[in-house]
Amino acid sequence: MCLAVPMKIISLEADSALCEIDDVRRRASVTLIEDPRIGDYVLVHAGYAIEKLIEKEAEETLSLFREMSQAPETPFEIL
Amino acid sequence: MKSDVVLLGHGSGGKLSHQLLDEIIIPHLSGISLKNQNDSAVLPFRGERLAFTTDSYVVDPIFFAGGNIGDLAVNGTVNDLAMAGARPVALSVGLILEEGLPLRDLETIVRSMRKAADRAGIAIVTGDTKVVTRGGADKIFINTSGIGVFDHPHSVAGDGARVGDRILINGPVGDHGIAILAGREGLELGNDIHTDSAPLNGLVADLLREWGEAVHVLRDPTRGGVATTLKEIARQSAVDILLEENAIPVRPSVEGACAILGLDPLYVANEGKVLVFVEGKAASGVLDLLRGHPLGREAAMIGEVTSGAVAGGKVYLRTAIGGKRIIDMLSGEQLPRIC
Amino acid sequence: MKYSKEFRDPQVAARFLEILAAAAARLDGVKTLMEVCGTHTMAIHRHGIRSLLPTKIRLISGPGCPVCVTPVDFVDKAVALSRLPDVIIATFGDMVRVPGSTTSLLKEKAQGIDLRIVYSPADAVALAARNPSRRVVFLGVGFETTAPTVAASILQAEKSWLENYFVLCAHKTIPEAMALLGEDPEIPIDGYLCPAHVSAVIGTRAYASLATEHAIPCVVTGFEPLDILQGVALLVHQILDGRAEVENQYSRFVRREGNPKAMEILHRVFEPCDARWRGLGTIPGSGLRIREEFAAFDIEKRLTIAAEPAREPSGCCCGEVLKGKIAPRDCPLFGTLCTPEEPVGACMVSNEGACAAAYRYGA
Repeated sequence: MCLAVPMKIISLEADSALCEIDDVRRRASVTLIEDPRIGDYVLVHAGYAIEKLIEKEAEETLSLFREMSQAPETPFEIL
Repeated sequence: MKSDVVLLGHGSGGKLSHQLLDEIIIPHLSGISLKNQNDSAVLPFRGERLAFTTDSYVVDPIFFAGGNIGDLAVNGTVNDLAMAGARPVALSVGLILEEGLPLRDLETIVRSMRKAADRAGIAIVTGDTKVVTRGGADKIFINTSGIGVFDHPHSVAGDGARVGDRILINGPVGDHGIAILAGREGLELGNDIHTDSAPLNGLVADLLREWGEAVHVLRDPTRGGVATTLKEIARQSAVDILLEENAIPVRPSVEGACAILGLDPLYVANEGKVLVFVEGKAASGVLDLLRGHPLGREAAMIGEVTSGAVAGGKVYLRTAIGGKRIIDMLSGEQLPRIC
Repeated sequence: MKYSKEFRDPQVAARFLEILAAAAARLDGVKTLMEVCGTHTMAIHRHGIRSLLPTKIRLISGPGCPVCVTPVDFVDKAVALSRLPDVIIATFGDMVRVPGSTTSLLKEKAQGIDLRIVYSPADAVALAARNPSRRVVFLGVGFETTAPTVAASILQAEKSWLENYFVLCAHKTIPEAMALLGEDPEIPIDGYLCPAHVSAVIGTRAYASLATEHAIPCVVTGFEPLDILQGVALLVHQILDGRAEVENQYSRFVRREGNPKAMEILHRVFEPCDARWRGLGTIPGSGLRIREEFAAFDIEKRLTIAAEPAREPSGCCCGEVLKGKIAPRDCPLFGTLCTPEEPVGACMVSNEGACAAAYRYGA
């Protein structure tokens, strides 16, 4: 019950943000998050941004994946 | 809890639609078996074959990104004839107009229909116009019927798929359905989302001229999308199909819109796409031919026919991460979801 | 799709599967991992993940599909409301096919009720603003991901002085149900894949007692296939180590404290109450109801709804399926009287219900 899509805020107007994913734009309310900024990635559910992406964590996860796809043999510990 | 009235889902192209056809409409009207349910009827006529088809268009909104109900109606019927392998020659147009429809809109629509017919090389030779009171129709309903002739001896019916066939498509999926939904759901779409509605008769004629022997099935994945259409063919031909998710072309913006609305692009309607089942060894030649045509630049090989099933016909998908799942028909319309 | 597509890389998936194969070999038997979010059920089926996992790692679906656990009488109330001449029922698409005692909203639509499928509760508020002479009733279904959005919609309606926007509330919270299932000796849960977006709101700390008091390993897991594979791997790792902790795989969107602002708005409008879960019975403190000060927006406070007497379908085993006790195919109605076209129970209606998934995907 949690279909939500990461989208980028491209403009802000009071409580409403225009958010974008792959050239598709839709308005979402930002009343449920603190301090939204243009350029932030947010999780949009049912027309509301419910959380902001934590870039540092996203990058860490992605770099782990990159490492895994390159390493010839992944030790079990590399979770 | 079976319904005793017509539901919207009966018009969606999925299981409910098939139930309605199989249980009520076909038995009384014509008794055509499932095996022979194709886009057009192919009739013997004085030693030759004639293709005959009809389709009604009730789309809402009537104007959408890249087109309107008028050119949709012309292209759609042209394509049904093309899918039988026929050359479309004549079209009829039946208009049902709701009282209050702006004449300006009507004019735009019929102008587009003429333009679409010219583009397809087909003549609109007869028609009918009716007006109903406000509320009796939703702005405008259009019926187009068409006849086509055969310039070659080949047959491309829905029961023609064979084990070893490769499945090709001439471009990315989901454009039309998303273009229609976008207006309704408040999505602003980038410039690359508009209907893909187009007449495919030229492409099909080229294809059959070069590769007629090797082409086994042609079908356009309209209502219900690629998934539903492949399931229909699998059943008609009594074969199993394996699709490769990574090979299926989808525009990023269509993917994005589907993600937001909770839709699966494989079930979204297309109006300018054709699924081609072709003998394995001819596949790469056919792919080249498709890619050489303006309506096939992004053509791709998306799957193959893997085995003959006794009955039923299953469609499998090898997922992006290498898993496997079954693709089934939807029961009714695909509804936007948040779960 | 940034921050989506990168999580579907088949090569990385293959690496995770190698890790899981090696780990499974070291397990002392079949381990059962339960996911409690309908979106996980869907994602697992969509990407064919079960077809890839080693046989010793078994994934089962829990009651995390809010549509599946919505009691029959909620649909009956919605239907009764829809038959009032001025009422517009606004709802998420997920609800329209759910069977009530004798009918569903989609079937009623064919009979002429005014049913609008909306993508957001904000759309329902806008609908009310545009139709001042009509009463718009929004069907509030969903867990903690959705409840804050509905709460925000009520605050929006209040701010706009709307008198014709109402919510029929059946929101639920998930941790209590997880605890209940965790305590049931008949349900073997060796680990929980905790929901991604519910957790973005409630935080990883909401699951602490599952690990400490019930000794069940928990991993908050995202919905992309690599997220799920990583989540499963982390759970198996905990099981092999004999640990029971709450770990956060979905750290890019989930914090320990969740989203305090969304939680504050949720609790400003709603308060906890007991709730009936279809198939599970009443779970104390697992529901949300609209607070007294917002009674003006609570349709059940504004009028008495004359719904037909609720009737659960006989033979329906949704409850057992929801608890993971039986497989969909074990239900006597599965595939015969109960199909996606003519569903009897909610597990078959919802796309993410275990039965619908089993029927469609042959799980």
